Amino acid sequence: MSNLLNVSNSPHVRDKRTTSSIMADVLIALLPASLFGIYNFGARAAVILLISTLSAVFFEGLYQKLMGQKVTITDCSAAVTGLLLGMNLSHTVPMWMPVLGSAFAIIIVKQLFGGLGQNFMNPALAARCFLMISFAGQMTSFTYDGVTGATPLSYVKSGDLSGISVKEMFLGNIAGTIGETCVWALLLGAAYLVIRGVIQLRIPVTYIVTVVIMVTLFGGHGVDLTYIAAHVCGGGLILGAFFMATDYVSSPITVKGQYVYAVLLGILTAVFRLFGGTAEGVSYSIIICNLLVPLIEKVTMPTPFGMGGKKYE
Amino acid sequence: MAKLTFQGGVHPYEGKELSQDFPSKDLLPGKQLIYPLSQHIGAPAKPIVAKGDRVLRGQKIAEAAGFVSANIHSSVSGVVKAIEPRMMAGGAKVESIVIENDEEYEEVSFEPLATPLSETSGEDILKRIQEAGIVGMGGAGFPANVKLSPKEPEKIDTIIANCSECEPYLTSDYRRMVEETKKLVAGMRVVLHLFPQARGVFGVEDNKPEAVRAISECIEQEERMEVAVLKTKYPQGGERTLIYAVTGRQINSSMLPADVGCIVHNVDTLVAIYRAIYEGKPLIEGMVTVTGDAIANPGNFRVHLGMMATDLLEAAGGYKEQPEKVIIGGSMMGRATATLDIPVHKTFSSILALSKDAVAANEPGNCIRCGRCATVCPGRIIPQKAAVAAAHGDKEAFVRLNGMECCECGCCSYICPAKRHLTHTIGAMRKQVLADRRKK
Repeated sequence: MSNLLNVSNSPHVRDKRTTSSIMADVLIALLPASLFGIYNFGARAAVILLISTLSAVFFEGLYQKLMGQKVTITDCSAAVTGLLLGMNLSHTVPMWMPVLGSAFAIIIVKQLFGGLGQNFMNPALAARCFLMISFAGQMTSFTYDGVTGATPLSYVKSGDLSGISVKEMFLGNIAGTIGETCVWALLLGAAYLVIRGVIQLRIPVTYIVTVVIMVTLFGGHGVDLTYIAAHVCGGGLILGAFFMATDYVSSPITVKGQYVYAVLLGILTAVFRLFGGTAEGVSYSIIICNLLVPLIEKVTMPTPFGMGGKKYE
Repeated sequence: MAKLTFQGGVHPYEGKELSQDFPSKDLLPGKQLIYPLSQHIGAPAKPIVAKGDRVLRGQKIAEAAGFVSANIHSSVSGVVKAIEPRMMAGGAKVESIVIENDEEYEEVSFEPLATPLSETSGEDILKRIQEAGIVGMGGAGFPANVKLSPKEPEKIDTIIANCSECEPYLTSDYRRMVEETKKLVAGMRVVLHLFPQARGVFGVEDNKPEAVRAISECIEQEERMEVAVLKTKYPQGGERTLIYAVTGRQINSSMLPADVGCIVHNVDTLVAIYRAIYEGKPLIEGMVTVTGDAIANPGNFRVHLGMMATDLLEAAGGYKEQPEKVIIGGSMMGRATATLDIPVHKTFSSILALSKDAVAANEPGNCIRCGRCATVCPGRIIPQKAAVAAAHGDKEAFVRLNGMECCECGCCSYICPAKRHLTHTIGAMRKQVLADRRKK
């Protein structure tokens, strides 16, 4: 017979969605906030985003080439990591910094642990924390409209709420990293991901609600809407909650575990912000909780169908 | 009323429009027919004819070897040419009776039930069903009389006719439902006679409104029967998901439907029970869907069991283009076959020829832990974790992670964006664990 038939185990059909299409969706969802960051902070922001994205893709390809592995840069996962890293940087950082960050994210955090799906923490955030620890000065200096400015969170930290405008935070006309400032653009991207079924609202909503409860209880301002809004919109919480805490690889796979994870994130973020040394706390919270994921999953395994529950009689 | 359904599941391309609207056609077999001795769950049947014997249509040619086993009858008159291993669907070579069709179709005399159903004892009915060699035709091939003899028959309160046909592409049950509604309902009546406390429920997916209408009309006068309209979602027709949708009761892999007061029978099985009781006919005919985008004239065919699948393909006009994959069964749980030089056995539901093989076209990549497999799993396990344990050969972890609760419906492999062969990996490990348990 000239034409042999394929034989394989069932099922014989596959859903259209692929890893690449999911990653491409995430890239699309990050576009509004990235574009706004460029509009807000100028051409330099565009250059930083471009450098971090391209270098992440480059390092992924380079590592796989050197290791004799199949090069999988077309799955867009490295591009997502690079773009997220760029969005987590101030537009004033030196040009080599995103390159170093991407190299750390892709080679140390992702590839050395087995590549896609094997990294135990979010590569972009791990790289951000690495840069933060190594170059604290450059990483935490933000300028807005040409002048060195404080982020709403640092106003909050210093106890002075007069410089905070809820409207400006929502619109993104504030100092901060390239991708974190514009709340509406981030929510637009998040809505796209929810509609496309890429992310569920469980983690981000639980995370944000926990932060709100925590800062209301322990922030010392009671139910002060400006204060709460500054915590929600003034730093990296929206970007972190919707785009980084929801990272498939480094968040729990069990539904119950996702709630536990999100509550822990909220508690840690509030603790870091209220009682820690720095104004921000999202990145550290997420990478610390990433480390707890295996434990969380272990104690939140679902009950299979027909096991437990009420018995029929 | 809210639509009845279950948690999890997927919506693959249904492909039913290819074949569902064509009335089924009667098909005569070719010269050679093959009857595998093992076409049911349980012990292979024992041949009771020898090479050279002439047999009649309806004559028993092999008998059940034990309680969980089933009789086999010839569907044509002719001469036994050989009793030897032949390949059947699934690729295994199985000891089979080969009969040369003399094309006279000379029948044994079939004896329908002489007394009215209400005056017939359950024992007699079970004996007839057993004699007819009826097995569960939904796919498992479990002998029907065994299923109908639960340990505590008085606890059975629901008989479910599995009319959901959730498997993509298959339409043979649908044709049965609309063409032989009365026989289906009469088959249910026979089963209800065995279980006086039970109600009979026809579970039909809502993508088959014609079937819902036909059955509803037919059971208007039946006090103990009802139709349950189910949300169309794969695998609604799985035994566990069906029982859950209809009754809200859950069974796990180590339980039987009877443990929650249910017995589930496929459409075909109920029609076969009707035939055995009211026509006195053993299980010698089947309904098979021949479909797929590579088939010239898709449709449903009433066939003589034992006929060759190649003859069936010919009846559907053959291939209109060279298929990449040919499947016996549907696209989700069917088995790919390398050849159609195999006989139509009792649980043979379809020939599905696909011009493109999605499995070969999608190379597996790394798992990104997206959790979609867990979302769609009707067994509510985490296929990703069970598959990792299976791939590592870690049986203990596999069992601890509830891998044994997998029903191999295929939803996880279907949905996986990384195109990993989750079902296959888990299924292979399940078989190893089951084999180990049998050894003990």
